[in-house]
Amino acid sequence: MTAPSKAELEDYRQDVAAWLQANRPPEPDFMLPLTFMEVGTEAQFDYLRDWQRKCYEAGYVGAGWPTEYGGGGMHQAFQDAASKEMAAQNVPIMLNAIGLNWAGPLLLDIGCHTDRARYLKGILTAEDIWCQGFSEPDHGSDLGNAQTKAVRDADEYVINGSKIWTTHGSFAKYMILLARTDPDAVSKYRGLSFFLAPMHAGGVETVPIRKLTGEHGFTQTFFTDVRISASCLMGEENAGWGVAMRTLEYERGARGGQGNSYTISTPDASRIFDLAKTVQREGKAAVEDPVIRDKLVQFMIEARALSLNNQRQSITPLIQDRPQSLPLQSKLAWTEFILRLNEFAISLQGTKAAYYVGEPDAIDGGLWHRGYLNAFSATIGGGTSQIQRNIIGEHVLNLPKS
Amino acid sequence: MDNQATISFSEEQADLLEIAENFCRDKSPVSSVRALMESDLGHAPAIWQEMADLGWLSIAVPEEYGGVGLGMAEVVPVVEQMGRRMMAGPFISTTLAAQALLVGGTEAQKADLLPKIATGGIATVALSEDNADWNLSNIAAKADLAGGKLHLSGTKTLVADADSAQWIFVSVMHKGAASMVMLRSETLPEGALRRETIIDETKRSYQLSLDGISVPESALFDAERVREVFDHIHLAAALLVSAEMCGGARGVIDYTVEYLQTRKQFGKVIGSYQALKHPIVDAHVGYEQARSHLYSAASNFTKQGEGEIATRMAKAQAGEAFSFAADRAIQFHGGFGFTYDCDAQLYRRRSLWGENMYGDAIYHRKKLADFLL
Repeated sequence: MTAPSKAELEDYRQDVAAWLQANRPPEPDFMLPLTFMEVGTEAQFDYLRDWQRKCYEAGYVGAGWPTEYGGGGMHQAFQDAASKEMAAQNVPIMLNAIGLNWAGPLLLDIGCHTDRARYLKGILTAEDIWCQGFSEPDHGSDLGNAQTKAVRDADEYVINGSKIWTTHGSFAKYMILLARTDPDAVSKYRGLSFFLAPMHAGGVETVPIRKLTGEHGFTQTFFTDVRISASCLMGEENAGWGVAMRTLEYERGARGGQGNSYTISTPDASRIFDLAKTVQREGKAAVEDPVIRDKLVQFMIEARALSLNNQRQSITPLIQDRPQSLPLQSKLAWTEFILRLNEFAISLQGTKAAYYVGEPDAIDGGLWHRGYLNAFSATIGGGTSQIQRNIIGEHVLNLPKS
Repeated sequence: MDNQATISFSEEQADLLEIAENFCRDKSPVSSVRALMESDLGHAPAIWQEMADLGWLSIAVPEEYGGVGLGMAEVVPVVEQMGRRMMAGPFISTTLAAQALLVGGTEAQKADLLPKIATGGIATVALSEDNADWNLSNIAAKADLAGGKLHLSGTKTLVADADSAQWIFVSVMHKGAASMVMLRSETLPEGALRRETIIDETKRSYQLSLDGISVPESALFDAERVREVFDHIHLAAALLVSAEMCGGARGVIDYTVEYLQTRKQFGKVIGSYQALKHPIVDAHVGYEQARSHLYSAASNFTKQGEGEIATRMAKAQAGEAFSFAADRAIQFHGGFGFTYDCDAQLYRRRSLWGENMYGDAIYHRKKLADFLL
């Protein structure tokens, strides 16, 4: 498929923009999740599922996926443009993140026709919610050491063990699951296999985890003699580590084909300027304080750098000596930025920094406090910032493994 | 926040980047950098002539004056690559002098000097004074008209490459307003230039005593246009120093990574230790952000408003990124890092120079705050 011209993409973007303006759903009477990891209530879940379906029906989810699997059959650049426009308009996020952006692209790249036909459309419509089973209570950053077992028994595998931080665990129909099929492998990485596992199988139990914000959003998932079909295996047995690593590349944006990558809305950072104008220091607007002005500009410079990094990635002469450098640092830089921005926004609030969500006098309903606490889900989840630095050090700067 | 920031890159920029990358790597190995540091002149005239032959001095000179007719955007990749190899020479000085002339010179001055600069004539600007102010309009030096001549007085500081330059453009107060006047170096009296000892030993810098010097009235810049010169030079200089610092950041990170990849302690290559790996990654992330800002500033430089915003952001980010990387470079080389032989000091000294020329990060952020908040 030939890449669309700039003019074609711009026309398309304008269509998306117009549709979003006309179809943006009404503000709910509850706080909307800013990221797919923050869906904690049925009301939030239903609202976002309806919204994703509506966007899918308009053609803005899976536009780049083949039509035979429910996609739009267009060049992926159109979908990426639509996702970007949704972010620019700060509409509610797409719910089915793990299906759209991890499992889906993986199936399209290395899945068989049967699996694609079975799974892809339900991902796009949000009919079938997906979750991910990589981390375990004792194996977070050391993912390769995962111990949940999958033992082959005729044409089935029997799963025993436990996964944690399962986003959408209580809503999901399927899980991408990393489990140990060979406990005696010479290398821990060579004993793992990758499954597309049904969550409704007997013996699967999900227990909600209460987050530091007081809300729910993750589960711990227990597997007790869970029997799944051997056809759930993705890739070869004991070759699951490579599949999992490939999956993480979609997550980090280092590989394309996402169904709709808009699953995390960035807080509208310009609101910190409004905040700085409304709160007071020594009887004057905080925005007049020279130290606060300096900090505000620092955030502005950093926000711009991140946006410019994205633009620079498409300018080959400026990235060709290290093509993975900008994609691999994007998660680290963004998530740490969001954390610090929220922290600064709290400190701007003076004595009201003490208020939290639920207090009627809290500034912006406690948005910044909740944002700050939730921001850790992104600096920790999907590989902590410390692991990200290892990855950049090893894969971009060619430093030896830690 | 502001989503207006853009970055673009022309074919000419891409060509120049590639040529400059190869040229600077080949012509400026660190052994040459150190050899030139010890010389009086501070640069190699043969290499300067090669740069002129490549057309680099004519990049931003309009075609009507014998130039290529491109702009500062195309000069940036060249300076970036020079910075990466710490290449010595009066390239930034000469480019700034040409920019000053273009914006504020009289037609006669431009017609006379720009073609000469475009083919390798060296020029510089004399802007700083004892007050150490980054505001280029804070000028005490004077040019007083008497007997049909301009009599100059005062002292300019940090005049880069003044000893090599054939022409020096000097900021002075004239009839109560900031102006510029052109000096020909052959008319300077004995002892007018004193070489300064500066932190970056690869650079050459001089004090220029104006007392007793007189020049014809025609040496003054165009009275109608000279006011624009100071803003333009301030931003053009900030852009070029940002480019040099971005290149320097890349150079010092590469230099340090190489050490982290080979040096062993406690039986392990030290780059495997996260106490060293993570900060060098942070330095790399800072460098990449600085580079995005740099090329955004380059491509927006001529735009009213946006050019200034992007350039000030680039300068603030490049200065902090280069300084952090070079500071850590010394530390991560351990005992060797404390020696004169370790190249980390060359980069750190240069970053101290660059960060504090034409406004440091705090200064530019203050300007940005006044502009944006």
